[in-house]
Parts: sequence; C-alpha cells; structure tokens
Amino acid sequence: MKTWKRQGRGDRTRYVAVLERPEAQVLRGLMGQVDQMLTGRGAAGTEDELAALTGIRTGPSTPPDDPVLARLLPDFASSSEQDAGEVSAALRSVREPELIEAKQAAIATVLATCPAGGGRIELAPSQAEEWLAAVNDVRLALGVALDVSEDMPEHLPADDPRADHLPVYHWLTWLQDSLVTTMLG
Amino acid sequence: MSAPAEPEVDERVEEAADEATLADTPWQTIVWNDPVNLMSYVTYVFQKLFGYDKAKATALMLDVHHKGRATVSSGSREKVEGDVARLHAMGLWATMQRAS
Repeated sequence: MKTWKRQGRGDRTRYVAVLERPEAQVLRGLMGQVDQMLTGRGAAGTEDELAALTGIRTGPSTPPDDPVLARLLPDFASSSEQDAGEVSAALRSVREPELIEAKQAAIATVLATCPAGGGRIELAPSQAEEWLAAVNDVRLALGVALDVSEDMPEHLPADDPRADHLPVYHWLTWLQDSLVTTMLG
Repeated sequence: MSAPAEPEVDERVEEAADEATLADTPWQTIVWNDPVNLMSYVTYVFQKLFGYDKAKATALMLDVHHKGRATVSSGSREKVEGDVARLHAMGLWATMQRAS
C-alpha cells in the first residue's frame, strides 16, 4: 500500500488507501485474533441476578492473566495509591464491559471497511478514528507477543524466533502513523 | 513511545505543559510511557479526547516520552475515571491517582 490520502472537506472528508490482498489478509487475520481474545474475556463477566435485575453489566474485578489482554485492559488506579487494588477492582468491574465493547466495535469497523481480497478503503473521519484505535490494539498485542522495546531494530537476527513476525509489526506501525499524520495534517 | 522518524518539534512548546494549574484538584489522570504507542498517535489522542491544541498535546506527549509519565487531566473522581476509560479505549496506558 501507499500512504493514506485525504479527499474532500468537512463532513465529506474521506481517508483513502489501497491495500494489496496479502496486506488485507494479514490485517483482517490479526483483527480477528484480538477480537476473539476480547470475546473470551467478555464472556468472563458475571451474569448474576443483580445484573439481570438492574440491567447493569459487570465484568470481572481481577485483571486478565493473559499478558496481551492485561495490556489491552489495564488497571485504573496508579500502583502508588494506597487503595489501588480496591479502586482498580471496583472500576474494572464497572468499566470493562463497555471498554471491550468499544474495542470490538472498532475492530468491526475495520473488518467492514477493509475488503477481504484487498482493494480501495475509504473512511469517514469517525471510521478513521476507529481504525487508529483498532490498529493500535493489534500493535499493542503484537508488542507484548514480540516483546517490543522502544529501540526495536528494523530486522532481528534470522535465528530469533520473532524475526518472521517483526515486519508485520513494523508495517502496522507505518500504516497507523501514515493515517494519523494524514488526519492531523 | 516510538516513532518511525524523528518528528520536528519546537523546543519551546514544552513550557506549555502547565501542571501547576492542575495541582489543587483531587484526582489526576496519568499517562505512562510504553514502547508501542506512537508519538504522533499519542499527540492525536490528547487533542481528540481533551480538546488540547497541538502545542499542549505535543508538550504532554514529550513529557510522557522523556519523563516516563505526564498528568494529562484532573478533576473529580468521576471525571478522571471517565478520562482513564477513554484513554484505555484508545490503547494508552493511563491510571488515576489522588493529587498530592
């Protein structure tokens, strides 16, 4: 793909790019994986009688064991706070369902606007914002899986087990930076 | 944070991060540095979520990048809780704490 381009003005602003078939497949595949993880986590919510009665959804009060999910759904309170554990547990329980919902909605927008076989993508501003969030979540997930550091090299030695996946991470970094730069420009 | 290329940043904008005006309120929203989030994206999120102008958003982003953290908003517990949730939705690593 080439860089994102802005077309039109105001309400008619569109962000446009063309993805090759393999690019679309990789992007959609990774979106699907993160989506599945979030669905699994969402199912861990408590469906108790109080929730049914009040209509207020509650999620689990403990952070995910999985390091990828733990990064996507971090604790609310700074660890320096005296009652950090209690505050984080209470807020996670209340807030996590809507956070999972927002992240899955952003992924759904990417899947709905990125043709499976590649091709032209045309995004309204609100859709472009969801793309940024969803691509960022996929990069966060890959970042945990690949143990990405701030000064990650362009290439890893061939015998590094992460070497094959790093180019995908760098490509997503470029895609996201191109889109956000176009949106800010 | 990481960046595909070194951005052009005016050194003077760092002064725009005025944490003093936030100090006398009960809760603060802290954004922490992490190796994945892009400098451009973090700046965008600060502008979008808080309505900060480019200079202030950039200054806060640079604080996160260089100092490891920055206070990006403050107010009542409910407000800050909402700010942290919106930052989490956008994938930033944010927490809340009482203002010291």
